[in-house]
Amino acid sequence: MLTFIVRRLFAAVGLLLVVTLATFFIFYVLPQWGGETIQEMARQYVGKNTSNQALQGVIDRLGFNEPFFVQYFDYVKAIVVGTQYSNGTSLVQCNAPCLGYSFRNYTQVWPTILQYFPVTFSLAIGGGVLWLGFGVISGVVSAVRKGSFLDRFFMGISLTGVSLPVYFVGPLLALVLAYNNNILQVPSYTPITQSFGSWFTGLLIPWFALAFSYAALYTRLTRGGMLDAMNEDFTRTARAKGLNERTVIFKHALRAAIIPIVTIFGMDLGSVLGGAVLVEKSLSLNGIGSLAITSIGNQDFPTVMGITLFGAFFIIIANLIVDVLYASLDPRVRLS
Amino acid sequence: MNTVDARTGVRPFLDVRDLKVHFGTEDGVVKSVDGVSFSLDRGQTLGIVGESGSGKSVTSLSLLGLHKRADKKGRGGARISGEILLDGEDLVSADPARVQELRGNKMAMIFQDPLSALHPYFTVGAQLTEAYRVHNKVSKSVARKRAIEMLDRVGIPQPNSRVDDYPHQFSGGMRQRAMIAMSLMCDPQLLIADEPTTALDVTVQAQILDLMRDLQREFGSALIIITHDLGVVAELADDIMVMYGGKAVEYGPAKDVFTSPEHPYAWGLLSSMPRLDRPVQDRLVPIPGNPPSLINVPSGCAFHPRCTYSELCGRYSAVGPDVCSSTVPELEPTAGGQGHLVRCHLPVEVRRQTFDEQIRTHL
Repeated sequence: MLTFIVRRLFAAVGLLLVVTLATFFIFYVLPQWGGETIQEMARQYVGKNTSNQALQGVIDRLGFNEPFFVQYFDYVKAIVVGTQYSNGTSLVQCNAPCLGYSFRNYTQVWPTILQYFPVTFSLAIGGGVLWLGFGVISGVVSAVRKGSFLDRFFMGISLTGVSLPVYFVGPLLALVLAYNNNILQVPSYTPITQSFGSWFTGLLIPWFALAFSYAALYTRLTRGGMLDAMNEDFTRTARAKGLNERTVIFKHALRAAIIPIVTIFGMDLGSVLGGAVLVEKSLSLNGIGSLAITSIGNQDFPTVMGITLFGAFFIIIANLIVDVLYASLDPRVRLS
Repeated sequence: MNTVDARTGVRPFLDVRDLKVHFGTEDGVVKSVDGVSFSLDRGQTLGIVGESGSGKSVTSLSLLGLHKRADKKGRGGARISGEILLDGEDLVSADPARVQELRGNKMAMIFQDPLSALHPYFTVGAQLTEAYRVHNKVSKSVARKRAIEMLDRVGIPQPNSRVDDYPHQFSGGMRQRAMIAMSLMCDPQLLIADEPTTALDVTVQAQILDLMRDLQREFGSALIIITHDLGVVAELADDIMVMYGGKAVEYGPAKDVFTSPEHPYAWGLLSSMPRLDRPVQDRLVPIPGNPPSLINVPSGCAFHPRCTYSELCGRYSAVGPDVCSSTVPELEPTAGGQGHLVRCHLPVEVRRQTFDEQIRTHL
């Protein structure tokens, strides 16, 4: 098991390097292949009224004239050990992990991301617990009571969740439950350190909106997996041993069906942590997703790049965790 | 087989009377088991033989109460009628909770394919201790000790370390031994083995059969072996019941059924067996035709579409030339054979004569 984890860790680090290469390629290399000159590219990194002279200075400082692999090396070095930027007047120390410096806002990218991250994190955790819990339980009930009213009801909810876009459900819930009727609080973010109550109530509607779309998939997955598992020979063996039905369903059948669900949950959570763009933007929450949209709109490339790398990092970590979980749940995988 | 002994009034340990298991489907009623009766004592072995679809597995599952029962309107499950008397207690009419108490405890089952019948994600030890702790309030360590004992008893080497292995880490024969160990955890008095050797190589088969015979002698349990392989029952069974189309067509002591069978289907089964100790013939002799549909069971005798003697039968019958297709024959004792029952319209002497002249010479 330990060798398995170590092997996977190495693979994860390797993958991270590949992601940095890909990000670098997309943002630095591709534009030049597309015909953009270095000057035009450098313009993206500076304010509107920069003179050509100052622009040339930026080009020198950011090393745009260097060969690609030197630039890439500097880029990775910055992430690992940090670097210094000159913003025209003074030197700015950018500590590791240095994801870049935004010349639009005159801020470093990494601290900005850290600022916006707690919102996304809170959203992801709460939503994740909600959609996993509801999805699995409704899936199990649907499978065990297949064909019943409950089954059809849950499948109906599932269909609705898959069909209605989250930017519709979110504002709708906010309108009906918060603005019009004051049942729930208007979506907002309060740091948990400030007030747990406000943090919780302010995020309820965003959690529901996020969970509604995801839970649909999990209900179906669990239902399908459970139906398969309940038809397996080992479920029949469990009954033949004299176990009560609840043990057969939850300890034997669900255990067998849960693995694909855990895998997908890991991936989904990983991607939400990288920024739940639709939920954040439609409910005016200042998370990474919102930051990404704003930065793209401003053509603030360093920030966009930083967010890309940040999101990719989470997906890789999620992948790693899911792999390890898979091996701990299914003993047959460990030996491979 | 035995009925209540008139002298002592001792009833058999397991007494199945007119068991019927029907399933309602969209295409019609599937009569998987249609009036089967047999009995068995402790320490005895019954072999149930038949093709796929003859109803043998459904019979065994209904003994354990593993069918989902249909509701009062007869929908959504199996409609079971008749009696299954285990030590005097009827399981068909019993409360499901009571049957659950007995399952794995007084009666246990060994399934066909141990790789799929054992849970892949739990260790063999965990599954064995679970089987024990369901019915016995003991600590995990006590149960574990018993599990190791059982694994040792069924011939698994190094049981102390193998108890923590997963099913996929065992070879096929070892897995089946582990499965047998699991069924024996609570000392069941009735053991049902559903095709226990079908998934194994021939050499391993022999070992498993030896093991089962030894265990039965040691524990004194009643054993039912379900198989389509005559070689398996020849070794182990005291009585044999041949099933066809949901009914028993021949039932009696193993020796009688093997040396002087009287049902054309049994003849077909024995003739179709390849033999190495006789001169090699040109061809194997199959039974012509296919197993019958259990929804549209053939009228009269279920075997008549495939029987080469139905015309001969018609000549001798008082009912008429088409007796085999019109009337269902009853399961009746044959002359002389003690407790040997046959379900066929052919008169006894004709059956015996046909067997002597035509079948026996080829066996």
